[in-house]
Amino acid sequence: MSDLTLTPRRLTWQRRRKSAGRTWSQFRRHRSGMIGLAILVFFGLVALLAPALAPRSMIEVTEATGGVLQPPSWEFPLGTDENGRSVLALLIWGARVSLLVGLLATAISMFLGTLIGLASGHYRNFFGAALFRITEWFLVVPFLPLAIVLASLLGRSLLNVAFVIGVTSWPATALLIRAQTLSIEGRPYLERARALGAGDWRQMSRHVLPNVMPMVFANTTLTVAIAILSETTLSFLGLGDPLRVSWGSMLDDAFQTGAITTGAWWYFLPPGICVILVVMSFTLIGQALEEVYNPRLRDRT
Amino acid sequence: MTAQTSTLLAEAETEANQPVQRRSGRWRYIGGKVLGSFGALMFVIVFNFFLFRVIPADPVRTLARNRLVSDKQVEELTRTLGLDQSLPRQFLTYLQNTFSGEFGLSFKYRQPVGEIILDRLWPTLLLVGTSTILATVIGIYLGMVSAWNRGKLVDHMSTGFSLTLYSMPEWWLGLVFLAVFAVGAGPIPKLFPTGGLHSTDVDPTSFAGGLDTAWHLTLPVITLTLAYLAEYSLIMRSSLLDEMGEDYLTTARAKGLRDVYVRRRHATRNALLPTTTLVVLNLGFIVSGAITIETVFSIPGLGLLTTEALEVPDYPVLQGTFLFFSIAVILANLVSNLLYGLLDPRVRL
Repeated sequence: MSDLTLTPRRLTWQRRRKSAGRTWSQFRRHRSGMIGLAILVFFGLVALLAPALAPRSMIEVTEATGGVLQPPSWEFPLGTDENGRSVLALLIWGARVSLLVGLLATAISMFLGTLIGLASGHYRNFFGAALFRITEWFLVVPFLPLAIVLASLLGRSLLNVAFVIGVTSWPATALLIRAQTLSIEGRPYLERARALGAGDWRQMSRHVLPNVMPMVFANTTLTVAIAILSETTLSFLGLGDPLRVSWGSMLDDAFQTGAITTGAWWYFLPPGICVILVVMSFTLIGQALEEVYNPRLRDRT
Repeated sequence: MTAQTSTLLAEAETEANQPVQRRSGRWRYIGGKVLGSFGALMFVIVFNFFLFRVIPADPVRTLARNRLVSDKQVEELTRTLGLDQSLPRQFLTYLQNTFSGEFGLSFKYRQPVGEIILDRLWPTLLLVGTSTILATVIGIYLGMVSAWNRGKLVDHMSTGFSLTLYSMPEWWLGLVFLAVFAVGAGPIPKLFPTGGLHSTDVDPTSFAGGLDTAWHLTLPVITLTLAYLAEYSLIMRSSLLDEMGEDYLTTARAKGLRDVYVRRRHATRNALLPTTTLVVLNLGFIVSGAITIETVFSIPGLGLLTTEALEVPDYPVLQGTFLFFSIAVILANLVSNLLYGLLDPRVRL
């Protein structure tokens, strides 16, 4: 019998695998969530395969072959930009930066939010209260003005943009995690763990965190959506990495070079549509996950 | 709904459900909120100080790289920021300046930042105020229609519409409107001006001037209204759906009240609570919209001031607008919290 070799660790993993499978089968029933996933997989592949789909030279200003703001043609399916580069190639490479910054920023925001949320929910002393206050204060500071100030002070690079978005968007996550932590801390098995002498770290990492994880996961996809929108806005305001093409910087260029007034729709419509599709796909996935994890929501919508 | 708004909603709910002591409860509630806002205010002021002094190793050196700024200005900045003094000293000077409403001289306009902010306040208030009111009314109506017709075609269309708007950078919608209605595309003629607050040849204080301003503001207001209403309609829909599962509605129907009446007088009233407070709580989001839309339509308000200051970069102006926006949001939060206490009897007690 395999049961004889079943260690607690293996049992945990078996259970986790099973619960992941359950989640997936429930998620699959959400049509909107699956549509979101399909869109996301498509853009993910485009971003990964960018060098194969459009050679890097296609987005170099010095090696541009087209005319200025040329309308769509067989050679340039989505026309050209003000430097004669193919808009389609720019879009493909832009997917990389937009997704990368969105994911990086979310990772930073999730890390900070989870850590601070867990700690402020777990410690019932001055430390926890102070963390909660700080979270509340940060939540009040308006996002875009703060991000503008930070980005202009730190300088323009890909990492800085991700950092700025991550650092300004963690409070919402922290509050959510704190609320979850508080409800889990009241359960008997935590009392048992405490009685058996588990330290703060063990309680948080072994007992609270695994239970909070599903919420973190659902929240992550929603945060990515916001992070990508923020990246686009910051790049549009000229605070993005000047050396890399993102959808936001394309729109900034289109606006600055007068693509709007000359009616060069092939330049400013596609990046916006890509942003909408990606943001919507993350939102749809996040909503579906929330419904899977939160039974109260399940019979709504 | 965004992660943030759902958290805020949950917070407001738990707060509403907490038992509050009688009589002294209301004052304690108000006092607590006022103190909390005061704390946030202090935090922002201190944060603002460190933001501009500690993060860039030396803002003056960053500035000196910019050719637009003369040596004299750099010297002046060093003096006004008090960078030749010790950090605690700098902090004291900063506090003194902030509380006396002095944010220094703008590099670009060579005017006190406080004056510039006051000058640029009205266009922003006009734009944001009109859009917020429109968005609230239309958004709440859309959310109600969706929730009442849950699962029907109207609901799918309205939710899809809101979700698309919500996934859209609001300034991109502005760009599209600009290209279609202000430049003219295909059969659509040029209907609206491409930017600015009023034409140069009209007196803005006359009646014709007022009409002219309205004509200039039409596109930006429509854009912002669409951007804001998406969130309100999604929130109204979900809070109405929450309400619709409650027992008191079944009771009302069992008493023989008509469906329409139950919805209007019972469900909607309660669902409006979280939505109205969110309108105010969302001011941070509203501020972001103002910044980008003013940039797209070149409306000379606080948002355009901020993005223009970025190009120099005009640190005193950036610092001033950041502080101003933060204080506005904190005050709005306080008002919304107090309103919540006034509107929700569970908090009032």
